[in-house]
Amino acid sequence: MRAGLAAVFAAVVISGGVVLAEELLPYRIVSNVIPASLTGASGDATRGRTIVLNRAVGLCLLCHSGPFPEERFQGNLAPDLKGTGTRWSVEELRMRMVDSRQLNRDTIMPAYYALDGLNRVAPAYSGKPLLTAEQIEDVVAFLATLRD
Amino acid sequence: MNRRMSLLRTVVCRAVVSAMTAFAIAGAALGADIPLDKRRSGYADLGRDSKAMQDDDTINPATLWVLDGEALWKEKTGAANRACADCHQDATISMKGVAARYPAFSPARKAPIDLEQRINLCRSEHQQAPPLAYESHDLLALTAYVGRQSRGMAVTPPSDGRLTPFIEAGRKLFTRRIGQIDMSCAQCHDDNWGKKLAGSLIPQAQPTGYPIYRLEWQSLGSLQRRLRNCMTGLRAEAYEYGAPENVNLELFLMWRARGMQVETPAVRP
Ligand code: HEC
Ligand code: HEC
Repeated sequence: MRAGLAAVFAAVVISGGVVLAEELLPYRIVSNVIPASLTGASGDATRGRTIVLNRAVGLCLLCHSGPFPEERFQGNLAPDLKGTGTRWSVEELRMRMVDSRQLNRDTIMPAYYALDGLNRVAPAYSGKPLLTAEQIEDVVAFLATLRD
Repeated sequence: MNRRMSLLRTVVCRAVVSAMTAFAIAGAALGADIPLDKRRSGYADLGRDSKAMQDDDTINPATLWVLDGEALWKEKTGAANRACADCHQDATISMKGVAARYPAFSPARKAPIDLEQRINLCRSEHQQAPPLAYESHDLLALTAYVGRQSRGMAVTPPSDGRLTPFIEAGRKLFTRRIGQIDMSCAQCHDDNWGKKLAGSLIPQAQPTGYPIYRLEWQSLGSLQRRLRNCMTGLRAEAYEYGAPENVNLELFLMWRARGMQVETPAVRP
């Protein structure tokens, strides 16, 4: 549906008089997926697991539960991550991680690799995506291993 | 748990039906107000011990502040050397129902003011004393003491047309997505209350118990402190204490809680 070059965001952020410019790597959305790795390399599933389980980095378990019996206090605002890698291809997962608003405008799943359309971001976070391109690829690689 | 993480835990959510992924979570109607008869205080979901703590003044930690508030009520202060009691006499009579109808419209400011601001207005106008800072012990104590006098009464926002645009402004703030996490208050508190954000049950954000003794704070705290916690958790820039945005949110929340019981001073996790 949505094809073409989606995003080359050059966000210019003014914080305390200093102008910081931070750019996201360009990527292409083709038919609701992001076919190519953001970094050009494939991610590391072990690092991805650490990100997903870390509530201050991935934040995933605030909303999602998953096949992580050792993790207490998993959220229930979002689908269980079990079997994610069976349900979705790597290209689909990348789309969902980068900017799930592209699929569902009203979603509460944060856009992990986007800077546009945000309001009142605290100075410490402004101009920064929730995860870096490398981290996105690591998480995608890990999610792909979650098979039923 | 580091600081940021625990803040985020205190906030970070909406059952979403995504047509494109054909993924559906059954649940609340999206973007709609909670029906009046479905409203529920955070009290309803407290554990037995916390309920007992709120219900019994002799073990409610907030009682310390209420007692200090009672003493401050009678203490002469400021250049006018006057006590609250010199104008208002017995608070158990004169302050009954006051907290239940705040924030109220201030003609002088042409805007709503909350109870803390009203107390500070009395200090500046009638006691000629400097304002007390938000979250200072004395302001919390006086607010808790005044609030205590409305305990058990129905939240009764004034029917004052001048407040209408401010209630609407509060609603806008409540439904606006903010912060790096990009969520609105309503996405958690209207659409996903009753669900779990990690280990925390998401309450409806009913403002009926403030100031509250929050176990996580190990202290009493104001409604604005609570709102700012949620904003910070969303990685948004919180509005300053006393900012019109916070007062509009307080006003909207009190309007949303109309008819519910005042619990001040409540206990929360
Ligand atoms: C604030 C809530 C929230 C957070 C945080 C969150 N998600 Fe989600 N996520 C959702 C919701 C809700 C959906 C359902 C789809 C929708 O709303 O579009 C979803 C969908 C997904 C999907 C598609 C699942 C499926 O089976 O349909 C994946 C995969 C996913 N999230 C992974 C993650 C990962 C990995 C993280 C952390 C790095 C994360 N999410 C963080 C709320 C969240
Ligand atoms: C991602 C979810 C989420 C979002 C978004 C959110 N909150 Fe909360 N809020 C919570 C949780 C969870 C609690 C309970 C905290 C706890 O028990 O640790 C809470 C508590 C509250 C309370 C206290 C209720 C009581 O019973 O005392 C109020 C008031 C409140 N929030 C208002 C807001 C406002 C205003 C906003 C927007 C600026 C907001 N919240 C955004 C999750 C959220």
